[in-house]
Amino acid sequence: MIGEVDPTIINLTVFVLAVFVGYHVVWNVTPALHTPLMSVTNAISGIILVGAMLAAGPAETDWGVWLGAVAVTLAAINVFGGFLVTQRMLEMFRKKDKKGS
Amino acid sequence: MSANSVALAYLIASVFFILALKGLSSPLTARRGNLFGMVGMAIAVATTLTITKNWALILACIALGGAVGAVVARRVQMTAMPELVAFMHSLVGLAAVFIAIAAVNNPVSFGLPAILPMGSKLELFLGTFIGAMTWSGSVIAFLKLSGRMSGAPITFGGQHMVNLILAVVMVAFGLWFFFSETTNWTAFAAMTAIAFVLGFLIIIPIGGADMPVVISMLNSYSGWAAAGIGFSLGNPMLIIAGSLVGSSGAILSYIMCKAMNRPFLSVILGGFGSEGGAVAASDQGQKTYRSGSADDAAFLMGNADTVIIVPGYGLAVARAQHAVKELAEKLHSKGVNVRFAIHPVAGRMPGHMNVLLAEAEIPYEQVLEMDEINSDFPNTDVVLILGANDVVNPAANVPGSPIYGMPILEAHKARTVMVVKRSMAAGYAGLDNDLFYMDKTMMVFGDAKKVVEDMVKAL
Repeated sequence: MIGEVDPTIINLTVFVLAVFVGYHVVWNVTPALHTPLMSVTNAISGIILVGAMLAAGPAETDWGVWLGAVAVTLAAINVFGGFLVTQRMLEMFRKKDKKGS
Repeated sequence: MSANSVALAYLIASVFFILALKGLSSPLTARRGNLFGMVGMAIAVATTLTITKNWALILACIALGGAVGAVVARRVQMTAMPELVAFMHSLVGLAAVFIAIAAVNNPVSFGLPAILPMGSKLELFLGTFIGAMTWSGSVIAFLKLSGRMSGAPITFGGQHMVNLILAVVMVAFGLWFFFSETTNWTAFAAMTAIAFVLGFLIIIPIGGADMPVVISMLNSYSGWAAAGIGFSLGNPMLIIAGSLVGSSGAILSYIMCKAMNRPFLSVILGGFGSEGGAVAASDQGQKTYRSGSADDAAFLMGNADTVIIVPGYGLAVARAQHAVKELAEKLHSKGVNVRFAIHPVAGRMPGHMNVLLAEAEIPYEQVLEMDEINSDFPNTDVVLILGANDVVNPAANVPGSPIYGMPILEAHKARTVMVVKRSMAAGYAGLDNDLFYMDKTMMVFGDAKKVVEDMVKAL
């Protein structure tokens, strides 16, 4: 038996593979959409909301919970703001599309 | 939900995030991509709710943040997108720091052992310092971009040495935190405070026109911060989403540096444009240029067969995108072939010009990237340059010039060049632009919006 793999190694595996996926997907993004790319990645980095929810989640309330609650609020601004502003921008690209055809 | 179901739901969410980025490969699929992103986020949040308590508090906070985000997203001017993006990066950074502090305070609520193992401490250290630097760096970027702080680089002697020393001290505190047997708050707090200061110091020497690189870099940081928190919490979804964002920002930084032909390190070390000012002053000499009115320019364009418009940051500042659209339509109705040429670093963030032109409803078939349009300049009757300077400076072809080797839009090869500019002042690189003194060049002085509106009237 070689024993159990440290979870950090598994996380590292996921990390390296995800960087490769990100690298290949992002190179295919058309330069015209680089600003929407930034705003949508902004929204996606709002995934940190999940960590914030865990911080705000424990039953016994101490100051850590309140810190978590603030983090939830900040991350939620990112998630909603990011996706909605991306949507607004992409609508603009669509309007022209209709006109073009 | 069991731990396994949670993990599977997170996997599904992660796939949706990848699809979201994939959608952006074409404007036709981009909206669906964004929708995928939203679905992924909804799955992630709903799943997490099943394993937390304090629902009322969490939902109230999400509603509050969501409402603020929605209002900001609806109200923001397209010209202010760079500021908004910088602002949002700062939020991710700060949230990462708060989460890390909460995790050090109460590891059990995150599923970590009550006495933090060394591995978790290292991960928390990484998440905190990247988050803290993202926050303070983004705040400075926001202040510079929104004009609340001068865009000029702030430099002082021994700057890089100070940064280096601070970084070493920060790592030392990190090690102290790392090797302490109990939770060492002093070390943790000192390390976090230094990271905040470092983020601030690293961004102040970087000047306004290097902002496309800075903002991409901070985009990348915010992703790595999320990934760092993912490592701390042992959450693969956070790692995947964070890495996607991190690599996206890194690629954008690379593209921006490439478009300026400057090494990433030199951009990051900053100070560019401050020493260049002297060059421009000594070089000015007695060169003559020709200036004309908006009417003259309109007349020339009206009689041309092909016109290429080169928009730059000046267009964004003057908010002239709608006026430009009218101009393009007027010319089009006269049978002129009008196209737009976009340099990758035009504006203050990647793709900034494309969004402004899209807002003005200019069909994207008419908007071309540098590589697509550069070979067409020699066959073009009129090039209209609106608030751009360095990206059309032929000095980029002269060995020894500070911008030598930078890929430019070859506007100087067109038959007639018209430049709309507020004054003869040098561009960001502090360089004089020979294009302005060529025989075939006509300068039209004034605010871009005003001049373009006058042109429309004259047509």
